[in-house]
Amino acid sequence: MTDPWSLYSEKVMEHFKNPRNVGEIENPDGVGHVGNPVCGDIMELYIKVNDGIIVDAKFKTFGCGAAIATSSMVTEMVKGKKIEEALKISNKAVAEALDGLPPVKMHCSVLAEDALKSAIDDYLRHRKLKKQT
Amino acid sequence: MRRIYLDHAATTPTRPEVVKAMLPYFTDAFGNASSIYSYGREARGAVEEARTKVAELIGARDEEIIFTSGGTEADNYALEGVAYANERKGNHIITTSIEHHAVMEVCKFLGKRGFKITYLPVDEYGLVDPDDVKRAITDKTILVSVMHANNQVGTIEPVKEIGKIAREAGVCFHTDAVQTLGHIPVNVDKLKVDLLAISAHKLYGPKGIGVLYVRKGTKLVSLMHGGEQEKRRRAGTENVPAIVGLGKAVELAGQEMGKEAERLAYLRDKLIKGLMEKIDHIRLNGHPTRRLPNNVNVSVDFVEGESMILNLDLEGICASTGSACSSAILEPSHVLLALGLPAEQAHGSLRFTLGRENTEADVERVLEVLPGIAAKLRAMSPLLKTQK
Repeated sequence: MTDPWSLYSEKVMEHFKNPRNVGEIENPDGVGHVGNPVCGDIMELYIKVNDGIIVDAKFKTFGCGAAIATSSMVTEMVKGKKIEEALKISNKAVAEALDGLPPVKMHCSVLAEDALKSAIDDYLRHRKLKKQT
Repeated sequence: MRRIYLDHAATTPTRPEVVKAMLPYFTDAFGNASSIYSYGREARGAVEEARTKVAELIGARDEEIIFTSGGTEADNYALEGVAYANERKGNHIITTSIEHHAVMEVCKFLGKRGFKITYLPVDEYGLVDPDDVKRAITDKTILVSVMHANNQVGTIEPVKEIGKIAREAGVCFHTDAVQTLGHIPVNVDKLKVDLLAISAHKLYGPKGIGVLYVRKGTKLVSLMHGGEQEKRRRAGTENVPAIVGLGKAVELAGQEMGKEAERLAYLRDKLIKGLMEKIDHIRLNGHPTRRLPNNVNVSVDFVEGESMILNLDLEGICASTGSACSSAILEPSHVLLALGLPAEQAHGSLRFTLGRENTEADVERVLEVLPGIAAKLRAMSPLLKTQK
């Protein structure tokens, strides 16, 4: 049954109820850690990279329904993408993939984008260090 | 799915007896209570009857009861009314850091307009120390406002003791009794209050109607100007059906309050005990004993409130949280922060407020469902790992 007054789209609720890619990756190639307890959202995003392609992504999130759904969605979106492609994923794209978010919840999609960028930065930093040594 | 409503501090269903009492005043007895012909007199009679019922329940005189559009207006009227009536006397107002927004925001508003506001701290249980009130009073203090019981954590404040201090100092004393009237005894003389705010929809009455009790002799500037209703203290045509509904709700509460409070306190304690047993890393917010008979407020560590509320809603259970992920500021409840909770625990708060329709089976259902929800969300929480 659809509830027209629901805060969230059916897709958000679907991802909230059955979040994809929950957990951590052992020996990840990149980890992003964003958010803070004051605003009530903390996201951790793990990626595994092979030949410049993100082959796996997992997350752990403390946060509201939108924070959990955007975490789930962004991990789905990056899997199989090249690093350069993944860097182009915007918060708007995450929100759109979830059939939209309420305006007051858009910051959750920003956090998802930040978590992804931060994980990729971490990966690139490590790769650079490896090359130097 | 059977729905279980556990948010009676937000609002209550209007009782059928109340609706029945109100109905004639929409249609047959629709008159304006200020008109002198029969329709008007019928309406006037109903308004005055309701006034007496409210006065009786709180131990006031009829003429000390002013009908308002609700608790928020009553609080606004009390604070602004006293502030502007006493500008020559002083500009200092004492309140607490855990007031409802209907008081808190008025204080902030007045604070920007030349009044000095003292926000008293509370202890870890949410209690205000009457000695703090005593120490805060200066010769410029014109008003003390301390809520009777907190709407979020249910702590019942030492209003009587604070009232005594305010009276001895000759300072006007206001209390927001929105969460207490009809649930625990409220008597304006025992509490030594000069102003007291009431809302009907928190005691199974209709929304959009409330009362400001004003002790005789209290100086107050009106907020609403217009007609001469309520002895020129609150202009606007009386909301007769709502006033009648409030009167009926108050009458029923007066008859049933004692027994119902006992029943709810039993359910409350069962729910608290069950939650403590079934979920680890959980804490009770508010006072262990000095709390409203229907209030349960807990923080579930490592998980956020809204995600618990959504999961409970999927199971048909309606509750609330002090997390504020949807508000513009994102900061959690000012009440929980004032109690000293760290932000993540404040975001992980859940409030269940019981009411007339709730049974032991409802409590059991929460106890059956919540541990699983907490476990599911904890499995995806990055906070749990850092704790290990």
